Amino acid sequence: MLPENETLAEARRHMAVCNSCRYCESYCAVFPAMTMRREFSAGDLTHLANLCHGCKGCYHACQYGPPHEFGINIPATFAEIRAQSYAHYAWPRAMGTLFERNGTVVTLAAALGVTLVLLLTMALVDPSILYTAQRGEGAFFRVIPMWLMVSLAGGTFGYAIIAMLIGGIRYWREVGGGAPAPGPIVDTAVDILTLRNLGGGGHGCNDVDDSFSSQKRWMHQAMFYGFMMCFAATTAGAFYHHILGLRSPHPFFSLPVQLGTWGGVLLCLGTAGLIRLKIITDPVPVAKRLVGGEYAMLSLLFLVGATGLLLLVLRHTGAMGVMLALHLGLVLALFVALPYSKMVHGVYRGLAIWRHAREKRSSVMVAAE
Amino acid sequence: MVDLTRVWDVLVAGGGNAALSAAITARRAGASVLLVEHAPRTMRGGNSRHTRNLRALHPAPTDVLTESYLEEEYWDDLLRVTGGKTDEHLARMCIRASQHAPDFLKSCGVVFQPSLSGTLSLSRTNAFFLGGGKALVNALYRTAEQLGIGILYDTEVQHIEVQDGFATEAVISHHGFPERVRFKALIASAGGFQANRDWLRKYWGDAADNFQIRGTPYAQGRLLRDLLDQGVQEVGDPTQFHAVANDARAPMEDGGLAMRLDCVPFAVVVNRNVERFYDEGEDVWPKRYAIWGRLIAQQPGQVAFAVTDSKALHNYLPSVFPPYKANSIAELADLAGIDAGKLEKVVADYNAAVRPGTFQPMKPDDCRTEGLSPPKSHWARLIDTPPYYCHPLKPGITFTFLGVKVSDRARIIMADGKPSANMFASGEIMAGNILGQGYLAGFGMTIGTVFGRLAGEEAARNVRN
Repeated sequence: MLPENETLAEARRHMAVCNSCRYCESYCAVFPAMTMRREFSAGDLTHLANLCHGCKGCYHACQYGPPHEFGINIPATFAEIRAQSYAHYAWPRAMGTLFERNGTVVTLAAALGVTLVLLLTMALVDPSILYTAQRGEGAFFRVIPMWLMVSLAGGTFGYAIIAMLIGGIRYWREVGGGAPAPGPIVDTAVDILTLRNLGGGGHGCNDVDDSFSSQKRWMHQAMFYGFMMCFAATTAGAFYHHILGLRSPHPFFSLPVQLGTWGGVLLCLGTAGLIRLKIITDPVPVAKRLVGGEYAMLSLLFLVGATGLLLLVLRHTGAMGVMLALHLGLVLALFVALPYSKMVHGVYRGLAIWRHAREKRSSVMVAAE
Repeated sequence: MVDLTRVWDVLVAGGGNAALSAAITARRAGASVLLVEHAPRTMRGGNSRHTRNLRALHPAPTDVLTESYLEEEYWDDLLRVTGGKTDEHLARMCIRASQHAPDFLKSCGVVFQPSLSGTLSLSRTNAFFLGGGKALVNALYRTAEQLGIGILYDTEVQHIEVQDGFATEAVISHHGFPERVRFKALIASAGGFQANRDWLRKYWGDAADNFQIRGTPYAQGRLLRDLLDQGVQEVGDPTQFHAVANDARAPMEDGGLAMRLDCVPFAVVVNRNVERFYDEGEDVWPKRYAIWGRLIAQQPGQVAFAVTDSKALHNYLPSVFPPYKANSIAELADLAGIDAGKLEKVVADYNAAVRPGTFQPMKPDDCRTEGLSPPKSHWARLIDTPPYYCHPLKPGITFTFLGVKVSDRARIIMADGKPSANMFASGEIMAGNILGQGYLAGFGMTIGTVFGRLAGEEAARNVRN
């Protein structure tokens, strides 16, 4: 459990005001979840904070927002608790400190990832291959041997999955999620896949100021589905290689390249759009301490997408070798940084949404009795 | 940059829902409009910032209102709360026009929430603004900006030059600097005077120092006073205000809705001298919500104490500030700073008078006292299960009833009974025409929207002629 601290005390003060006011009950899941409680343990606040999608609707509608003396600012306060929970539930625990200066950490990971792959490539293959056009079957693996690619990517990604899984389990146990019985999986999946809580029921969120827009939702969707398509492209590539026996580079209209291309385009559009929103948004309902890490992760994702697309464009030229090393270096950095970056929010947000769906169902059942 | 050298078609004094409804309507009718708001941008919107819904007539369910709410029932509700202190012609006109208020506000970007389990079960009669009044105010200002309405924040209208019922010029204080604004028509939407303690003191003496002002501290009544001093006819009892039971520890101004306490029907309430003074269980809370502010204002020190036990804690909405909590009545009295022996006796006498019944928190039940004066008619249960709780109460003033007299076209009426040539009014500054006493939830926003639209239409027409 998060140790008692000033942020939790501040959040408890916020909840006392919000739970007596309740004007925001129709904005998102946080407020219905709040009204189910009168006391707010550290676990409850961690749950509510991770349920908050940072849409800022409640901030702009708040009669008690700054400069009112109550100074209610749920988005900033909950963002701070979320960040504390990411650090607290990091595995191994000591790695939680990486959330302290996360912008620097993610940037360093990117720099080191690229450097490492470039150096390894130069050490392991004839350096001239790096600068000459490679064509035909197996071109990529002449630049970076397949065993290296698979072991680096597989090893780091596997580690990230295990680390995030352990973090998620510890989070669920400590925050008080209850026995992991099958719950309303469909509701949960719909809420996650549609970002319902960033929708405001159709009119949108306060992405920039007190006007409503759906930019953040659409940009996040572009990024999320773009990322997933890139992931699917890699999976399809492995399927082609190992099952169908087809070796890369695949033609442009093949499944892996199509998935990767459009996934990369969406990933770039989404991350660039989210970066733009972060720059122009009203800074008050934002936890300033955390934006460095968020910018770094969005930029890393953008660069992964952009270098992937450049690789496609340049794959038949002499620039392919360096571009491949650059792209894989950034992917490596992404996998390494995954469990110690903003990316973990997916795990805890998903668990919070699932828990909320369960609570909603059981409260309906209680009401029916 | 707002041009203060030109002659504006319409000057709107005020910055809440009534002012914005008027300004937007006048602008849409083609007039040039300058809106002058006393508060800074962050605190704009007057008391509208603290509201949540408006009461609207509807013959059939809508996307934001359930069932139906027709003129006669609406009128009966109004008649009951005002005790007849209303103007039937104006009131019925307002009630009929309220049907179109939600659509007008939607056209200005206001989002309503789908009908929900509102805290006072108002989803049939009242349409709720998504996020509450501040979200409504934000949407209205955004619309006003898009329409090209001039907006001045931190600017107070201090004086209107009026000659024979004709207004020519306004003296304003703009960021503290004196300026003059010329205009063809005035819409006065600058609210009541509830935040003006000196003015309240004239009627209430030192007790006024203990009144909490629930809403905006900018409701100083300066324009209201200025107009009344220049021969505008007044309506409403100047001594009266709407007040509710607030947490005694609330901010003295701008504490808003969350400071109100709903515990009274489930508690025993004593004053500073540890004497009960009114039947706590007279009726369901929504119907008694508004009388307790006045009752407490009449107690010594304008303070009261609601005492409950752990059985009652979940029957009312949680309070922002935690109640005093103790394992004995005497300890609880010490925490609240009242006489322990007396409180023990009050609770013992009350407990002895409680008759058995079936407790039903949402409707008048048969749990009552016998032989107690004053009685507690409903929800009377033994106070016997520690921990015991005590909520300290003070009166929280919502608005004052004094206002300017208007016609059914929102035109200001002069003391001699003649209509003003170019002055109109909307909102709290004229609500006393319809609400002579009492309050109906969401009716202030209805009056503001309906009369705001009327004033905007009439002022724009006045300018064209």
